[in-house]
Amino acid sequence: MPANLSARLYSLLLSLFLIAFALPAFAGPFEDAVAKFANDDYSDTEEAIGVVASSGNPLAFPIISALQDGRLMADPDSKKVYVTGADGKSIDAATGQPVASVPDSASAVRLNNRLRRSVDAAVGGLTLMSPDVTTRIQAAQSVFKSHEESALDAVNTALAKETNKTAKAALGDARAAIILFKPDATEVEKLEAVATIKAHGDQEALAMLTGMGDQPASVTKAAASAIASIQSSLALWSTVQNAWYGLSLGSVLLLAAIGLAITFGVMGVINMAHGEMVMIGAYTTFVVQEVIRTRYPGLFDYSLLIAAPLAFLVAGALGVVIERSIIRFLYGRPLETLLATWGLSLVLQQAVRTMFGPTNREVGNPSWMSGAFELGQITITYNRLWILVFTLAVFAILLAMLRYTALGLEMRAVTQNRRMAASMGIATSRVDALTFGLGSGIAGIAGVALSQIDNVSPNLGQSYIIDSFMVVVFGGVGNLWGTLVGAFTLGIANKFLEPVAGAVLGKIAILVLIILFIQKRPRGLFALKGRAVEA
Amino acid sequence: MHSKSTHDIAARFSRRGVLAATAGLMLGLASISGAKAADDTIKVGVLHSLSGTMAISETTLKDTILFLIDEQNKKGGVLGKKLEAVVVDPASDWPRFAEKARELITKDKVAVVFGCWTSVSRKSVLPVFKELNNILFYPVQYEGEESERNVFYTGAAPNQQAIPAVDYLMKDEKVKRWVLAGTDYVYPRTTNKILEAYLKSKGVAQEDIMINYTPFGHSDWQTIVADIKKFGSAGKKTAVVSTINGDANVPFYKELGNQGIKAKDIPVVAFSVGEEELAGIDTKPLLGHLAAWNYFQSIKSPENEKFIKAWQTYTKNPKRVTNDPMEAHVIGFDMWVKAVEKVKSTDPDKVIDALPGIEAKNLTGGTSKMLPNHHITKPVFIGEIKANGQFDVVWKTPGLVAGDAWSKELDGSKDLIGDWVGKKCGNFNTKTNKCLGSGS
Repeated sequence: MPANLSARLYSLLLSLFLIAFALPAFAGPFEDAVAKFANDDYSDTEEAIGVVASSGNPLAFPIISALQDGRLMADPDSKKVYVTGADGKSIDAATGQPVASVPDSASAVRLNNRLRRSVDAAVGGLTLMSPDVTTRIQAAQSVFKSHEESALDAVNTALAKETNKTAKAALGDARAAIILFKPDATEVEKLEAVATIKAHGDQEALAMLTGMGDQPASVTKAAASAIASIQSSLALWSTVQNAWYGLSLGSVLLLAAIGLAITFGVMGVINMAHGEMVMIGAYTTFVVQEVIRTRYPGLFDYSLLIAAPLAFLVAGALGVVIERSIIRFLYGRPLETLLATWGLSLVLQQAVRTMFGPTNREVGNPSWMSGAFELGQITITYNRLWILVFTLAVFAILLAMLRYTALGLEMRAVTQNRRMAASMGIATSRVDALTFGLGSGIAGIAGVALSQIDNVSPNLGQSYIIDSFMVVVFGGVGNLWGTLVGAFTLGIANKFLEPVAGAVLGKIAILVLIILFIQKRPRGLFALKGRAVEA
Repeated sequence: MHSKSTHDIAARFSRRGVLAATAGLMLGLASISGAKAADDTIKVGVLHSLSGTMAISETTLKDTILFLIDEQNKKGGVLGKKLEAVVVDPASDWPRFAEKARELITKDKVAVVFGCWTSVSRKSVLPVFKELNNILFYPVQYEGEESERNVFYTGAAPNQQAIPAVDYLMKDEKVKRWVLAGTDYVYPRTTNKILEAYLKSKGVAQEDIMINYTPFGHSDWQTIVADIKKFGSAGKKTAVVSTINGDANVPFYKELGNQGIKAKDIPVVAFSVGEEELAGIDTKPLLGHLAAWNYFQSIKSPENEKFIKAWQTYTKNPKRVTNDPMEAHVIGFDMWVKAVEKVKSTDPDKVIDALPGIEAKNLTGGTSKMLPNHHITKPVFIGEIKANGQFDVVWKTPGLVAGDAWSKELDGSKDLIGDWVGKKCGNFNTKTNKCLGSGS
């Protein structure tokens, strides 16, 4: 395609021409500014950012974006500054000439929060015309945040050329934000700006309108009504948000309690070591991730999927061992079981402490579990969303297992009437061991998920044991559906109480409510009926 | 300072000590030095939890003292005698701290004790140290409002950590709106009381201060982080001052990262997050959040480099991190050795009188001094979290700051001073010229 080729050549020549002429023209101040990056002084760096960003020099963008990513290297001795590329090649920041290697004495230019804000604003101003739509939208958003007056011309030019709808809207918001803070903008312009920002409608818009300072009376009035309307819409959203947080907390409670619903709920064993099974699941995740990190780094995103069955097996096997070696001698003696499992939990904690050390272990989030997305005016974090999905899946599988498999049938038979089940030929002691193993294994799976939101330390289990018992007792001992409803009820109640009463009082209030509830209905929400209760 | 979650049942049962002791005997006490007392050694007590919830922080401090004793013995010990460590495990159980302290002093006849982390554990051993007249070196930053004859506080008082941090945010980040978030117990409550009074004295309005407390080990931060976001959107620069206890920090920072709160929008300055705590988190989303301490591992000084190298060799772990309370023990240990050598005796009365005025090099290139109120002078650093879990110092006080036993910001304590040299009193009222008696 000769036309295309010649166009490219032409633009290449043009840019070379521009560089050739632009460089000498700006050489003095630009080079001085670049050299300031080597001073390792925050005020000098800030000055340098300002000069470089507004220089119009084609090197400005590579320099500023390198600074943002920590790729801008400065040598304090020679005062030379280098841009290192992602490909490992480097150029001299002042001249743009390639260099063979960056000297060892050079280190990345340091930033603090104030500088990071100026860098973001500068990058925003410089990338408004980027060929990539997402970059342009991000640029417009960062201009919106910084609303520097100097960016107005760039925004206007970009706005005139923009064809993408979202990018255009973002640029419009950015323009409105600048005008709102521009002292010499006319009243009409400002009123328009207030309307645009009102339509933007989120917390940032609210921040902008409340913090805009002295304005003409009509603008202040328009802003006040805009603030009121944004606030009322945000208040509505905050109810939705509380409900979501409640569901999310409920899913964590359910996940932690679901294994206990088997060991305590179905079998009646007061299992104080339940939390430690959760912890062991979390440590299994840690070990899996360690192996993946050192041997197969490409598999990191699948680490949780690999860890889940392993955690089930490890914790389940341990559960079977515990049942065979301790619990089976203590059936029908709840106090002794309580003390023995409590002691066991301490032994397990200390064993993990000796093996892995007392400090927290780092369990990473796979990329699909990091970050958040916006739904209307609420932020939904991916890790919470996946935990909710995961919990419901575990619950469904468990329910299906109890309902449709032979083992599930035997478990229900043994818990409902042990002697009858035994005389029908079911090996009750084998079923006991497997049931306890199943409950422990599910606790292990819970540990895999909880490692994503909590500390992986020997104390992990302790923080869940009380909540787990609370959920099972509240929901009704021996009833999985009760555990489900109980967990979500407590989660949502907690999250609606928390903004009003605070986290500490909220938790106390929940405990008091449960105590009162248990007085009224000692068997929980969904009490088992029939002869099983008497057994 | 932080008392980690006792989780109620844990405390109740381990207090009875039946099973806890069994578990402890099986695993925890393995490290206790069983060496028989020899007359030519000076015994040093180490009172740090090696099991239970506090083991996460205190185990390192036990190792630090063992390391320091080892180094000192290589240099020939003290007064021509070798030092011998007596390690006990109070198992994160506050009453047990008092029991174990009594055991160290009466049974093992130690000359000095290095120990405690939480304020509640310090308060529980205080009567023992007073009654049996021995010395405790306390290495953790705490809420102040105390000066005892038998205790030497080598960690930071609020004016050596909290106040300079707030000053930094006010001046450098131009923060106008403040969230004081803490775990619900004595250290955060007292610190926040002091900070609130300080902020108001600087003209910050009541509606620009949000105070929030959470239970121990709080792990569901969604609502609070959303609240902080909302509070921060009032058009004024907002910062969070966090006295959140170690264990609850990981989920807190994870939630901040996930909800997209960046340090450049709402910075969080923490008083209990150090290199050890960060070792358990992916620090990339935390870039730029701040911590205020008197020591950072990343500080470049010949003393620090030498110490880190020796420590990593001693622990045989080239990645082992150092932190602020460790440095406090280094300073405290050095001061005690110097005081003992000065009076040529380990007699507690003589050493207590000799300690004020003793100077010891800190690891950041300065010289700390023991003050008459039994606190020390320290530099204050503000560090930003870097991607590798270390801190980049962005600000420091020009000189060393003298620790105030009694806060100048609180009405109840602004006239009080601790002076164990001239006045022989821990809470001397300078207005009425009277000693109030007990020092806490």
